[in-house]
Amino acid sequence: MDNESKPVVLSVEDVGVSFRMYAKGLRRTALPVIRSLGLDVCAGEILAVIGSSGSGKSLLAHAILGILPGNAEVSGTIKYNGKTLTSALQKQYRGSEIVLIPQAVDWLDPLMRVGKQVIGTKGSKEEMQRAFARFGLSPETERLYPVQLSGGMARRILISAAIVGEPKLIIADEPTPGLSVDLAKETFLYFRELADRGAGVLLITHDVDLALHFADRIAVLYAGTTMEIAPTRDFLSGADALRHPYSKALFDALPQNGFRPLAGSQPYAGDLPRGCMFAARCGMRTDACFADVPMRSLRGGEVRCIHAT
Amino acid sequence: MYDGRRTGGQADEVNRNQAGIDGARISESHGLRDRGPRGADARTRLLILVLIASAYLLIVFFWGLFMDPEMYATRFADKFLPPGFAHPFGTDFTGRDMFFRSVKGLSTSLVIGAIASAISSVIGLVFGIASAVIGGKFDKFILWCIDCCMGLPHLVLLILISFMLGRGAFGVMAGVALTHWPELTRIVRAEVLQLRSAQYVIASYRMGMSKFRVAKSHIVPHVLPVYLVGLVLLFPHAIMHEASITFLGFGLPPESPAIGVILAESMKHIATGKWWLALFPGLMLLVAVLLFDLIGENLKRLLNPTSGNE
Amino acid sequence: MRLEAHHLDFRYPKTDKWILKDVSLTVGAGERLALVGPSGSGKSTLSALLSGCLAADAGTVLWDGKPLPVKGYCPVQLIRQHPELSVNPRRKMGKILCESWTPDKALLEKMGIEERWMTRWPAELSGGELQRFCIARVLGPRTKFLICDEISTMLDVITQAQIWRLILDVTVQNGLGLIVVTHNPALAKRVCDRAIDLTDINAARP
Repeated sequence: MDNESKPVVLSVEDVGVSFRMYAKGLRRTALPVIRSLGLDVCAGEILAVIGSSGSGKSLLAHAILGILPGNAEVSGTIKYNGKTLTSALQKQYRGSEIVLIPQAVDWLDPLMRVGKQVIGTKGSKEEMQRAFARFGLSPETERLYPVQLSGGMARRILISAAIVGEPKLIIADEPTPGLSVDLAKETFLYFRELADRGAGVLLITHDVDLALHFADRIAVLYAGTTMEIAPTRDFLSGADALRHPYSKALFDALPQNGFRPLAGSQPYAGDLPRGCMFAARCGMRTDACFADVPMRSLRGGEVRCIHAT
Repeated sequence: MYDGRRTGGQADEVNRNQAGIDGARISESHGLRDRGPRGADARTRLLILVLIASAYLLIVFFWGLFMDPEMYATRFADKFLPPGFAHPFGTDFTGRDMFFRSVKGLSTSLVIGAIASAISSVIGLVFGIASAVIGGKFDKFILWCIDCCMGLPHLVLLILISFMLGRGAFGVMAGVALTHWPELTRIVRAEVLQLRSAQYVIASYRMGMSKFRVAKSHIVPHVLPVYLVGLVLLFPHAIMHEASITFLGFGLPPESPAIGVILAESMKHIATGKWWLALFPGLMLLVAVLLFDLIGENLKRLLNPTSGNE
Repeated sequence: MRLEAHHLDFRYPKTDKWILKDVSLTVGAGERLALVGPSGSGKSTLSALLSGCLAADAGTVLWDGKPLPVKGYCPVQLIRQHPELSVNPRRKMGKILCESWTPDKALLEKMGIEERWMTRWPAELSGGELQRFCIARVLGPRTKFLICDEISTMLDVITQAQIWRLILDVTVQNGLGLIVVTHNPALAKRVCDRAIDLTDINAARP
């Protein structure tokens, strides 16, 4: 994928998120959950962010939108169309140019008819009806309250609400659980369509299969940091085309591939090792892995590993 | 998805995800028990609030209980003194010290409130559990009783019962106890019903646990906090209602030092500018009621293992 | 020994829409069946009926020729999709794990269950971590048949591979039968011997 020619919609540079919290007694400590995370989303591109649960995927989305809880601290810079996102700008763009399709279906207001919520402050009735038709929701759905929806319907409502208007950057946080395979595919096709019309899509998912089908590039997260960013075709062509040992392990663990597990578990926030986060589970580990490992370019992608070739 | 229950379950899960997992991940390595980002702070504050409120109420309770009647004895020489150093709340038409009378009166109210709430809450607990477990006609009957009790104006029912049982402390207590159980019954019943169909309770049965084991390890730990909070929140109602019917003359006899009696007496003198007779005892009652409410609400949050994340 | 379902009908109380109608199915011990079908086709309901967690309106479920026991340990155990709902939020993980048997250290290690999780509350673990407990607690010797209802959707692929490998080991070792409900065709192919689409054997049309 030739990214140089397309404008970068979102760039996340060396972002860290930590939580202030009380350790024993009243002593405050900062717990880093995301560390030196970097990625770009270009216009017309779907970037999938994959990684295990607890790797900080949702927090990344919330950091971009500026909706982290009050005790979170963000370091590094997040730029939208070249401008650094301040909380004022986040507020201005949120819901219009930058939209979130949240993971949890209880983001809907329980006391408001869903039609109204989909229209929101910026959409029109026609747009809502179009979105409903698109996602197989009957027109009567508009008059229902969130409690009357099934899980799959609620999810489609959330997607409709996000795409009403013309968002430039769509952040989808696990948008497909609860949808049937057909609907999930339909949703991803729609993201593809939005991307083709020039929007950037940041797709956070753990469904590697779907990511492989629809994303242009894939960023692999582990323990709160980016391990590898690679064009999707590398994931399709096999473990050898991938760069980071963790990405290779992910590939090998897929049921259609080796279905091979990997011993050990992801380190916990607050307990993060120095140097490479993956070192403890890695077969290529050397002493050098316990020093800082920067992100570097390799074969048309980026990798955070000193041994990758 | 095919059914409302399922959807509810999902929303539930999702809530837990939001409240729990991010916060939990963070707290894990530190082994902080059920504490989210700001949890420790909030929980300590709640606990201190509850302790202060309980201390105040306990002091009033015991002070009044063991008070020497001399402290609020009649001294005609001192009648109608406005609030001052010797008598912080002033004195009444027979020269009794209003401060000590108020403490004694509030203490009496607390005793009656405590006994009435205890009886009421036990009725609520037993009916609630029985209603949910036995179900069928019994459940319908209990629900009908609840509707009856809640359909009548509270105070009217209270006065009726108290009057029928010959007024006095016994009448008031019985009246308050017999009119305050429906709400708690409903809460306990709903809780037990929900638990009985909870996935982990069903799983427990399928793993061969007996009814007794399930009740011990799954039902009681959930119902007990609900019950305790319900009990504390019953207090202010009980006290308020005791004071109200005493004020109206259907409760404690006029010679007893009760807040209701004090307030009723003060009405005769308020027109002549003896404002302190009503103001201070009234305030004390109000503060006590509000404190109980505060304890109950905070207890609710303290007893919830995940509320620390809020 | 085999698990048989004969002409099962089911609808939720106070509704008139049948979820399952005249569903029959037989799975032998040692057999591994994938149960597929679109969402809303009744896969979870059928799983609950087959494990005795729900009672059918008509029809019978037989294990080894006899109806499932109402009391005592059920030889057919169900693991559900949402582990958060399958554990008591007011019990610690250690107690949850050992409710019906005490898994040995080796098994816990293979499952990736860490010792320090035992003193945690369920709200302090992620869905994936909770699910490991829900799986481990029914892998005891009294379980003869396992029904897995979308148990790995919340797990990342590495953990998914780890846990399925282990479940397969245990099923082979103890001669268990297995029904796997999943949306993932690759997983179904990898884990099971055969697949049934529920819409093909269910007379109810959603």
